[in-house]
Amino acid sequence: MIDITWYIIITFMLAMYAIMDGFDFGAGIIHLFFAKEEKDKQLIIKSIGPFWDANEVWLLAAGGILFFAFPTLYASSFSGFYLPFMMILWLLILRAIGIELRHALQNKMWHLIWDRVFGLTSLGLALFFGLAIGNIVRGVNLGGVIDGVSTFEPQYFFLPLWNSTLSPFSDELGVIDWFTLILGFVGVVSITIHGATWIVYKTNSSINKKLKQQIPILSLIQLFLVFVSFSIWHFVRLNPFENFLKYPIFTIFPLLMIVGIFGNIFFNSFKKDIIGFIFSSLFILSGFISTSISLFPVLLHSTNSLNPSLTIFNTSSAEYGLIIGLKWFAVAFLLIIIYTILQFKIFSGKIDNIDYGDY
Amino acid sequence: MEDMVFYDRMQFGFTITFHYLFPQLTMGLSLLIVYFKGKYLRTNLLIYNSAAKFWMRIFALNFTMGVITGIPLEFQFGTNWAKFSELTGSIIGQTLAMEGMFSFFLESSFLGLFLFGEKLLGQRLHFLTGFLVFLGSWLSGWFILATFAWMQHPVGYEILESGEFVLTNFTSLFTNIWLLPTFLHNQSASMVTSSFVMVAVGSYYLLNKSNIEFGRLFVRTGIIAGLVSSIIVVFPTGDWNAKNVADHQPVTFAAMEGIFETEDGGAEIILIGQPNMKERKIDNKISVPNVLSFLTYKNWNATIKGLNEFDESLWPTNVPGLYYAYHIMVGLGTFFIGIMIIAAFYLWRNMLESKNWILWVLLFSFPFPYIANTAGWYTAELGRSPWLVYELLKISDGISPTVSSGNTLFTLLGFMALYALIGLLFILLVGKIIYNGPKHIS
Repeated sequence: MIDITWYIIITFMLAMYAIMDGFDFGAGIIHLFFAKEEKDKQLIIKSIGPFWDANEVWLLAAGGILFFAFPTLYASSFSGFYLPFMMILWLLILRAIGIELRHALQNKMWHLIWDRVFGLTSLGLALFFGLAIGNIVRGVNLGGVIDGVSTFEPQYFFLPLWNSTLSPFSDELGVIDWFTLILGFVGVVSITIHGATWIVYKTNSSINKKLKQQIPILSLIQLFLVFVSFSIWHFVRLNPFENFLKYPIFTIFPLLMIVGIFGNIFFNSFKKDIIGFIFSSLFILSGFISTSISLFPVLLHSTNSLNPSLTIFNTSSAEYGLIIGLKWFAVAFLLIIIYTILQFKIFSGKIDNIDYGDY
Repeated sequence: MEDMVFYDRMQFGFTITFHYLFPQLTMGLSLLIVYFKGKYLRTNLLIYNSAAKFWMRIFALNFTMGVITGIPLEFQFGTNWAKFSELTGSIIGQTLAMEGMFSFFLESSFLGLFLFGEKLLGQRLHFLTGFLVFLGSWLSGWFILATFAWMQHPVGYEILESGEFVLTNFTSLFTNIWLLPTFLHNQSASMVTSSFVMVAVGSYYLLNKSNIEFGRLFVRTGIIAGLVSSIIVVFPTGDWNAKNVADHQPVTFAAMEGIFETEDGGAEIILIGQPNMKERKIDNKISVPNVLSFLTYKNWNATIKGLNEFDESLWPTNVPGLYYAYHIMVGLGTFFIGIMIIAAFYLWRNMLESKNWILWVLLFSFPFPYIANTAGWYTAELGRSPWLVYELLKISDGISPTVSSGNTLFTLLGFMALYALIGLLFILLVGKIIYNGPKHIS
């Protein structure tokens, strides 16, 4: 039971990370493709200014909790996905200096360089996180089985970035194949929409009008991509919807995903600018929950028949630590909710005319 | 296999050394900024608020560097040290996850409010957000050092047949005898760094005859904080840590001090000299007899075991490196106290500005606390080698089993390139902030 509780917590933490850091990644993508005027660029950065740093902490916290609750999974997946993880790190580092250093000098070329860095790294990260979900769903060759023999301990694997055929069925899998790429695109489109709704919510920017036209179009593309990924899911995973057939009540979550998308297809009928952001957050949250339910109790699928998949039962910490952890987690979580509410309250509303003062 | 361990150690050593250049300033500086902010609330003198704002600019940049170079470290446990993570995750995962949940959120949420919220919040609440940033950064130190303390002195665990470490006593992680002395030592050392940085900036303004009011404030504040923290680093906290090492890791202690032979009448303290590993002695040694015994056990004749008492397989893997790291730390620590006593004397006699030489020395002293902090950490880490978890898990048994050395070297090179870039940018931008100076009091 305690393992399941932590599975729920991890799912929630990752979803929170995607919602929180997702909007500032999305802001970066919008910044790259839609913001042409200096005024808009500054507004976009201002709209994420007080938030993005705390948003990134959700990743650290989720990583820490994965480490503590499912150490075997943490060890196996972080070393197995070695190269993509390192590239995510480099992108995160570059992106942070892009945001922080832009305003350090008043020079056009300086701005141009860091604007591109900020935009491109945001785009790269959205793609990588989509790919990551694709990899988890597809599974990996646990134990590095070649010709029916494991080359590593059964819980370990190593994945190169790609194989020559980009096929998810190859014996030698790569991080990037056509299946994971489709999920990567779902990631990029969803994050872009998420960022667009955030900018509309937080600013009266001159690109708001353009974004309001784009969001429904992007949402249609998103709907199409989600539909495609649902329908190809069974190529890489036998009976991916088994848990939903067993417990039909859970189909509410995939339905909520669809609600989230449809909400933003009708974006222009909203009276309040925050509604789009809520729909897009709903999509992300229910997307994570649906994926977790579909995987349950597996955390990482094995693509060979020799070594068992990593599940919440064979990778979790001992019960004593997990139960103690629940106590401090509850306290810390309450505090985090308070900080976040404070943050959103104090920096609430449109930020165009707020003067933060200079520091 | 041997190569593999080498590259993993290089990578972690490099990334953590670079990372820790930033938090040591963040932690100390946050306290000094809170001091300026509090002083402003009490006295209503604008100079204190301007001073706080000036240091906030440096703090914000430094904090960002600390965060972005810190994220890789948490990932690297899994990417490069997978076996270690798998076996000990249920214990050190606790403290690391707590660090994320309790301190990172606190720090980063309130940093946003601290940097952007002065006008929205008003002065009192703004002070409070600054205080919470300080609290968060020190809490972070507490949790990460609890992790470190467990690796040096494992407590509250049980080892399963699979080799996995399982937590049996949660509170013992925080009552570990290694934790409090390490925490106090480390935090006061970070105060030393920030004090020296503040004094250096102040000295620059005084020598350059620009921002003189601020120069005086920074020099004064920095000297007082620097004197107090330099002393605390050595006594009681440094002393306390040395005793822990002497009691629980005697072979490490012998290697740090460069003692090969056990002497019956009490051990000498070696000030200078080069370890000669072949002949097992210190070349060109300058030492004072019996002092080490006294410092360690308050008894001039206490016996201290030399390295020869232990089998060579138990020795720290890099005895000369450990010896130098320790001696550099101690030597610089002594220098800090000396220079700060002189500076405090001149400050007291109001002679600082007429005695230019001391300002010049203070100006160029700021790199040394960084070196001392780094050397201190090398002492701690080299001192524990060849163990990841003292006497229980070897470094070579902790690395990721599936990551090849080619991949590790590739990512190490990537980090080197990236960090060279951000290091350059950091120096450039901090230089610009200091050059522009605090905004003048309106």
